[in-house]
Amino acid sequence: MDIPLTIDELHKGFKNKTHSISGVIEQYLSRIEAFDKNLNAFVTVTHDYARERAKKLETILADNPNAFEEFPLLGVTMAVKDMYLTRGVRTTAGSKVLESFIPEYSSTAFERLEAAGAILVGKANCDAWAHGSSGENSDFGATHNPWNLDYVPGGSSSGSAVAVSSGMSMFSMGTDTGGSIRLPASFCNVVGLKPTYGAVSRYGVIAMASSLDSMGHFTRSVKDSEKIFKVTRGTDGHDGTLRNADYAHKNVKKIGLPREYFSDGLSEEVREKTMAAVDVYKKAGYEIVDVSIPSTKYAISIYYIVMPAEVSSNLGRYDGIRYGNKRDSFGAEAKRRIMLGTHVLSSGYYDAYYNKAMKARTLLRNDFDKVFTEVDALIAPASPTLPFKLGEKMDNPLEMYLADIFTVSANLVGIPGISIPAGFSDSGLPIGFQLFAPRFMESSLFELGNSYQSMTDFHLKTPSL
Amino acid sequence: MLSNTDILHLAALANLDLTSAEIEKLKGDLSIVIEHFADLKNLNTDNLMPTSQTTGLINVTRQDEVNPDSILPVSSATSGTDTHNDYFVVSALLDKDAI
Repeated sequence: MDIPLTIDELHKGFKNKTHSISGVIEQYLSRIEAFDKNLNAFVTVTHDYARERAKKLETILADNPNAFEEFPLLGVTMAVKDMYLTRGVRTTAGSKVLESFIPEYSSTAFERLEAAGAILVGKANCDAWAHGSSGENSDFGATHNPWNLDYVPGGSSSGSAVAVSSGMSMFSMGTDTGGSIRLPASFCNVVGLKPTYGAVSRYGVIAMASSLDSMGHFTRSVKDSEKIFKVTRGTDGHDGTLRNADYAHKNVKKIGLPREYFSDGLSEEVREKTMAAVDVYKKAGYEIVDVSIPSTKYAISIYYIVMPAEVSSNLGRYDGIRYGNKRDSFGAEAKRRIMLGTHVLSSGYYDAYYNKAMKARTLLRNDFDKVFTEVDALIAPASPTLPFKLGEKMDNPLEMYLADIFTVSANLVGIPGISIPAGFSDSGLPIGFQLFAPRFMESSLFELGNSYQSMTDFHLKTPSL
Repeated sequence: MLSNTDILHLAALANLDLTSAEIEKLKGDLSIVIEHFADLKNLNTDNLMPTSQTTGLINVTRQDEVNPDSILPVSSATSGTDTHNDYFVVSALLDKDAI
């Protein structure tokens, strides 16, 4: 690729004057121009906005000797999932309901990233309302996988993953309610971080399922993931579920291998690459321990009761009166989830479904808390299968829902997870593995992620476009 | 298996107008999904409290002070489809002939 792949590399270019901020922005904008007609990763490209910001930041770079300390993301391009409100820039949630909605205020995460010097190049396509595992549910058309255009990029943060993978943005923001960052990260050969619930503000991000929604991001390197997290995390006086943790680092010694994630349904190639990652950790001196999380088998059922219940409630506000179009503009998947959620919450079914699932969620939480008394982190595959073909699962909602089987637990129990590139299938499709850590122990994920990337170079491989 | 009546009842609760094709499709889809995720039925959860949040925070409040940054009703109506004198228009809740 003709562009720097990491923030350090970009900043080195600014310091040595081999790159200028405006020059880099033009490079990214021309890549978007050239590639996005095939990939469809963007709903809106913010050309003028990006050029104007670049000029402003160039003055800072010229005048402020501490520019890189004060603006840790100076001149770094970002794509933001179209779930994040961006003041004055259309925000659609990938849905026709909001096709002409222009927000009056910005999300906390976006404001913080902008204040740190990042430059918005566009709003990323996604499954409408973040409902989906493939990126095909967007009312603005499906996004394509840059490694093979016939395949899905994974969802729901499909455009965000593709924007980074194809070099149309250096990093991107996504949302992860049941795997919507980690799954597309693994399908597109990028790093995807789902932070602890309560670490990054949900303020100004269109809500999907409020007790599960996590605001995270995509990068090429784990080091950059850590840099972005330092900017986005922390209380903001708007999201009451946030907590200021100390994020103190504790060296990782033991990594657990939860046997429930290596069952019969797992693709052989995914198993092989995940076990190869385990070997890398063994070589690096970490102790690998077999562990069990027995209630894992209930996670997907709990998720597909709790999530639609919260979805049906959150989408109740879209009535087309104050803003947006009327409810008949909802697409098929949104209607399906609203109906499912209404059913599990309705009189006569509430206790049997919703309340039961909320209690089972406690069981899952207890199981994870227990396993983290034995090990410092967990390693598992991110997806049970390789990326699948566009259209392959569109007529079978149940099969599509099962793509989330390895990712939903982290959301239900509120722990952080990261998906890291682990190599390619024989057919050339990316495969990722996942790491989990206890709540607010993102530092363990970064330690393990950095360690892996210092010994492998899968994350530096880019698709030919 | 959900019936047409079940689907119409849920659609009314959810404020959705469905076409007959949508009713038919949702009847099948919802039934399959609900059946698949029914395995929780056999799980004993008698002594467990429900989990609705995972961070362990209790009674989060803020000072009851006016925030000057709050958005005025007039400006929040700007993206609305139907406005009158800078306010958004809603359907009448009361029928004047019935009063």
